[in-house]
Amino acid sequence: MSSFTININGQDRHVEAAPDTPLLWVIRENFALTGTKFGCGIAMCGACTVHLDGIPIRSCVTPVAAVGTASITTIEGVAEAGSLHPVQQAWIDEQVPQCGYCQSGQIMSAVALLRDNPNPDDAAIDAAMSGNVCRCGMYDRIKRGIQRVASTGVQQYDPQEVQNG
Amino acid sequence: MGKWTRRGFITAGVVGGGAMVIGVALRPGHTTPEAAKLMAGNTEAMISAWVKIDADNHITAVVPHSEMGQGAQTALAQMLADEMDASWEQVSFVEAPAEDVYANWAMAKGFILGATAVPKLLVGTVDGVFMQASNAMHLQITGGSASIRTTGVYGMRVAGAAARQMLMEAAANEWAVDIADITTVDGILIHAASGKREPYATFAATAGREKPPLTPTLKAPNQFKIMGKNKPRHDIPSKVDGSAMFGIDASVDGMHYATVKAAPVFGAQVASVDATAARSIPGFVDVVNLDDAIAVVATGYWQAKQALAAVQIEWTTTGNEDVDSEALFEAFQNDMDTAQAAGKTHSDMHVGDTASEFAAADGIISRQYKVPYLAHTCMEPMNALARFENGQCEIWTGTQNPLGCRYDIAEALDMDVANVSIVQHTMGGGFGRRAKSDAAIQAARIARAVGVPVKLIWSREEDVQHDHYRPAVASNFRATLNAAGQPQAWENLYVDKHEPAEAPHIPYAIPNQKIHYVDSPTHVPFGAWRSVDHSQHGFFVESFIDELAHEARQDPYQYRRDLLAEHPRHRNVLDVAAQKANWGTPLGENRGRGISLQESFGSLVAEVVEVTVIDGEVSVDRVIVAVDPGFAVSPDGLIAQMESGVVYGLTAALYGEISITEGRVQQTNFNDYPVLRMNASPVIETHIITSHEAWGGAGEPGTPGIAPALTNAIFAASGNRIRELPVSKYDFTYEFREQRES
Repeated sequence: MSSFTININGQDRHVEAAPDTPLLWVIRENFALTGTKFGCGIAMCGACTVHLDGIPIRSCVTPVAAVGTASITTIEGVAEAGSLHPVQQAWIDEQVPQCGYCQSGQIMSAVALLRDNPNPDDAAIDAAMSGNVCRCGMYDRIKRGIQRVASTGVQQYDPQEVQNG
Repeated sequence: MGKWTRRGFITAGVVGGGAMVIGVALRPGHTTPEAAKLMAGNTEAMISAWVKIDADNHITAVVPHSEMGQGAQTALAQMLADEMDASWEQVSFVEAPAEDVYANWAMAKGFILGATAVPKLLVGTVDGVFMQASNAMHLQITGGSASIRTTGVYGMRVAGAAARQMLMEAAANEWAVDIADITTVDGILIHAASGKREPYATFAATAGREKPPLTPTLKAPNQFKIMGKNKPRHDIPSKVDGSAMFGIDASVDGMHYATVKAAPVFGAQVASVDATAARSIPGFVDVVNLDDAIAVVATGYWQAKQALAAVQIEWTTTGNEDVDSEALFEAFQNDMDTAQAAGKTHSDMHVGDTASEFAAADGIISRQYKVPYLAHTCMEPMNALARFENGQCEIWTGTQNPLGCRYDIAEALDMDVANVSIVQHTMGGGFGRRAKSDAAIQAARIARAVGVPVKLIWSREEDVQHDHYRPAVASNFRATLNAAGQPQAWENLYVDKHEPAEAPHIPYAIPNQKIHYVDSPTHVPFGAWRSVDHSQHGFFVESFIDELAHEARQDPYQYRRDLLAEHPRHRNVLDVAAQKANWGTPLGENRGRGISLQESFGSLVAEVVEVTVIDGEVSVDRVIVAVDPGFAVSPDGLIAQMESGVVYGLTAALYGEISITEGRVQQTNFNDYPVLRMNASPVIETHIITSHEAWGGAGEPGTPGIAPALTNAIFAASGNRIRELPVSKYDFTYEFREQRES
């Protein structure tokens, strides 16, 4: 067991853990931040995505010892000054989540994408987001959410307009 | 819709603070054998809806369905609010089993009965009704795409309409006016002539003492204000900020963590276990022998996983150690051949005289299709938190079947069901997998064994290797065509029938039909998988009819259409899909369209898939869905379910295969059991047809038609006919279009 100080969502938190313990389990079990999810344990699904100094990483395969002095941001830390991050708001506006289990990871990937590339084209969105699995299959809506945030924008979601038939 | 045809009874009462409550109990038209067992001796089988009007005019709907992202809770509240003529903002809802230790029945009972005002109708039966109601509901309804078409249509709407009628009667009496002159809007009672206006709450207590109407008048569709509109789902905000509590997020003081390894070969038992090495892993707490699995308990999940890997386990042999998928399919064929030869197949449907038709036919078209086992791979791995204290077992989990889970645990642990409780959580995917209680039973056994609360989390590998799989099926077809190319005989023999019974039936007008099956059990556990038997038979039937069209040298859309003269609703759905897809217009080289038609769970769905096949790579470009659910309570919710059903079915059709080797599942995780990702996901366009026929389901009907529409499109694009899923089995760089010229 070793002692680590992790800067997470702007706070320094201390944990006693084996150095190879994945960051995911430190976040969930030691820090009780359960918004970050366990999906596969082998970096294949993206449910555990968090930011390490702003870079999206898979926390399920990141040893806690590898964090060092980097800042970790989880889904609980992306909202700014009490208001939702624009990506979170877009997820509500586009009614993106179904079961919602993958969405913390999806949002973390999307936040990083849009910060680095405010106007991603389809290929850029696919490249940034295809590591995040959604078993409810909401890829169209995730893409619309990202496009909505992008300055290129898409039509605002108006529930009455979606009516059909 | 008009009057409610009475299938049960409506109850009303007054509870603390003068709140009015309404409940609707149903006698269901049919029960599954499993439900019947739990409902024995009680004909009032399920309470399907409750509503409460508080003194501040706030309306609470108790929604008896679990949420797994399908949006049923919001849609059901819409149905209630609309029939009540409430404003949407006035209504909130709670999930029936989510609140307390004995959530399902005690909460329901408390909710309805409140302080002391027990509706006479319910005295003496209330416990039984609620207990068994909950069982029936959760066994039958959170699944089967049934929330709206059963609970909603027969429960929520009726409760809302009854409440409104009783409030109007109470107001009419108080104001001494004719009830016909009272109108309602946004939770307000209005008598226009006298200018009287009062919120519902004013008359709630009086109305609660009225005798409920036997057959409240339901709104006609042109009176709907909330049904048919898109309302933002109530569960979504908590799913964007990480605050939604899934079962895996549950926590209690003093909790340890566990993970399990079950016998790799289904049916095997623990022969010996040596945990010596595991004990030195930091965080190790205990090892528990679950007979067919070993659990390790530790101070964290990671620690438990590390320690479990260090446990040496020997398993008993079962005789299935040599079984592989190839042998299973051989057994399917042998069982079909044997039963067929002995005339001992089970009949699904037999019309006309197929035998004479085949005997006289010049040419018989014979085809075989196969689909493999499939895992569900819900995003949230199986888990449950269990605590034993003072003879009580509490379980925190997300289940499609909370009360069934409660009974399962009581039975497995030999406890009185009254001492078992379920705290229901939102589910990170269900798809049928969470109708099973296996992980919860394990958690309960582990917690009892170690004496502290334990949160059990399965690894993804455990989830893939110990699912209750969509069954592998082989299905053989024979048909004859007349001179015009129309089928005269249709014979379908397949293995293993489950639910729904009508899954292999066809809508096409074919004079001679024989659909039959044989039992060919395997040692692989099976369960419901999104759309259940439709997921296999949709592929079989819609592939074979496509092949017949090809044999007849006719367009596959027109060919189907010509056989649907007796089914105008089916034909219309097919037409809409074809028109929206510009069926018949050229797509260009290496591209093709495929079509399918499927009726399931009360809804009709036609799908057109556009693919590009270049250098052996299949790209799914676009999917057009036409769906006739009768009426869409939440159009955007229906669209989301179609999108979801399509992607779920595409994952299976393109990549999904659980193969058996040496008696066990070969796949382990998303690396070898791949999932459709955004870069391969098509554009999906959904078109809703409002026929006002009986309202159908949404969660499953989008899934069955996607595999055949895909493989029919691949055939159109490449000439390669796929008769065995998944598509990824085929090497398209090698031409396998032998059948095209046949």
